Amino acid sequence: MNINLTIFGQIIAFAFFVVFCMKYIWPPITGALVERKKKIAEGLDAADRAQRDLELAQEKAIADMHKGKEEAAAIIEQANKRANQIVDEAKEKAREEAARLVTAAQAEIDQEANRAKEVLRAEVAALVVAGAEKILEASVDANAHAQLVEKLAAEL
Amino acid sequence: MASEMTSSAYISHHLTNWTFGVHPEGGLGFAHTAQEAAEMGFWAIHVDTMLWSVGLGLFFIWMFRKVAKKVTSGVPGSTQNFVEVIIEFVEDNVSSIFHYKNALIAPLALTIFVWVFLMNTMDLIPVDWIPFLAQKIGEAFGADPHHVYMKVVPTTDINATLGMAIAVFGLILYYSIKMKGLGGFLGELAFQPLGKWMLPFNLFLEIVGLLAKPVSLALRLFGNMYAGEMIFILIALLPFWAQWLLSVPWAIFHILVITLQAFIFMVLTIVYLAMAHEDH
Repeated sequence: MNINLTIFGQIIAFAFFVVFCMKYIWPPITGALVERKKKIAEGLDAADRAQRDLELAQEKAIADMHKGKEEAAAIIEQANKRANQIVDEAKEKAREEAARLVTAAQAEIDQEANRAKEVLRAEVAALVVAGAEKILEASVDANAHAQLVEKLAAEL
Repeated sequence: MASEMTSSAYISHHLTNWTFGVHPEGGLGFAHTAQEAAEMGFWAIHVDTMLWSVGLGLFFIWMFRKVAKKVTSGVPGSTQNFVEVIIEFVEDNVSSIFHYKNALIAPLALTIFVWVFLMNTMDLIPVDWIPFLAQKIGEAFGADPHHVYMKVVPTTDINATLGMAIAVFGLILYYSIKMKGLGGFLGELAFQPLGKWMLPFNLFLEIVGLLAKPVSLALRLFGNMYAGEMIFILIALLPFWAQWLLSVPWAIFHILVITLQAFIFMVLTIVYLAMAHEDH
C-alpha cells in the first residue's frame, strides 16, 4: 500500500474528466432530454385536442345528417304535393279542353246540319216548284210564287 | 502461471503496481520488485493505475461526447438511449438528494458513477490475462518478465480512490466556505452539536466527522475492490479445471458489487455536497 504521487495524478485526471463532462457532455444531453419532454407533452396535448376535435366533428356530422334527412323529407313531401297539384291542374285543363272540343264539334255539327238543311230545303223548293209546274203544266211565275215556295220550304 | 513461482510470490506479484520513481540508490526508473517499489516512497507514480484509469476515463468521455455531439430530441439511437438511461438515473439521484442550484454536482456525479464503474469492471477480466500479456510485451522489450507488474483495476489502488476522495473533500470544503462563509463554517465546527461551552469537544467531534468523509469514501471503495480482487487471485491459485466453480459465481456476485460501489461513491458524494450547502 504505497501512497505516492499517483494521488495527484488521479486528482488531476478526475478534475479534467469532471470539467469536460460539465462543459461538453451534460448540457447537450440533458438539453435534448428536456426538449424531448416538452415535445412529448406537446404531442400529448395535440392528441387530446385532436380527440376533442374529433368528438365535436362527429357530433356535428350526426347533427348535419339529421338536418339533411329532415330537409330531404321536406323536399320530397313538397315535390309530391307539387306533383299532385300538377296532375290535378293537367286533369282540369284536359277536361276543359275536352269540353271545349266537344262544344266546338257540336257547333260544327249543328252548322253542318243547318247547311245541309238549307241545301235540302232549296232543293226541295226547286223540286216542289218543278212538280207544281208539271201539275199545272203552266209555268209558274217563279217570282210571283217565290213567297209561297219559300214558306213551303221553311215548313220542311 | 502459478506453477512458475510460489503462491505467495504469485499473490504479491499480482498486488504490486507498475511503479515509476526515484530509486533509493538514486536514479529514475521502474521498480523491479515490490520492495523496491515500497522504498521509492512518496515520489513515485503507479504507471498502471494512471494508464488504466485515464484510459477508462477517456473512454467514458469519448463515448458520451460522441452521443452529446449528435444528440437528438427525436427518436434516439441505441447508444444515445443507453447514455440517456445512465444520465437520467444520475439526474434522478441528484435531484432527489441535492436541492440546491449547482451546475457542477450532476456532471460530477455522472463522472464518478461511470468512471468508478468502468474501473471496477476491469475486475471482471480474468486476473491473469492482462498481466500475462504485459509480461510478454515486457519480455519483447527486453525486461525480465518477473519484474513486469501490471495491476489492471485502478480502484484496487488506494491512491486512485484516495485521489478521488480528496478531490471530493476539496469540493466539500470549498462549498462549505462558499455557502456559509468562513465564519459560518468554522462556527459549525466549533458550536455544534453541544453549544459554545463544549467548544473543544465539538471541534474534535466535528473535525473527526469531517475527515471521516473522504477517508470512508476512499477506503470503502478500495476495500471492496481489493478484497474482491484478492478472492479472484486466490481462486486463480486452484487447479485450472476447478477455477470456474468458484470464479464464475464470484464474478456474477461481483457484477453487483462493482455497480453498487460505483453507486455508493456517487450517492455519498452528492450527500456530502448537499450537507456542505446546507445552512444551519
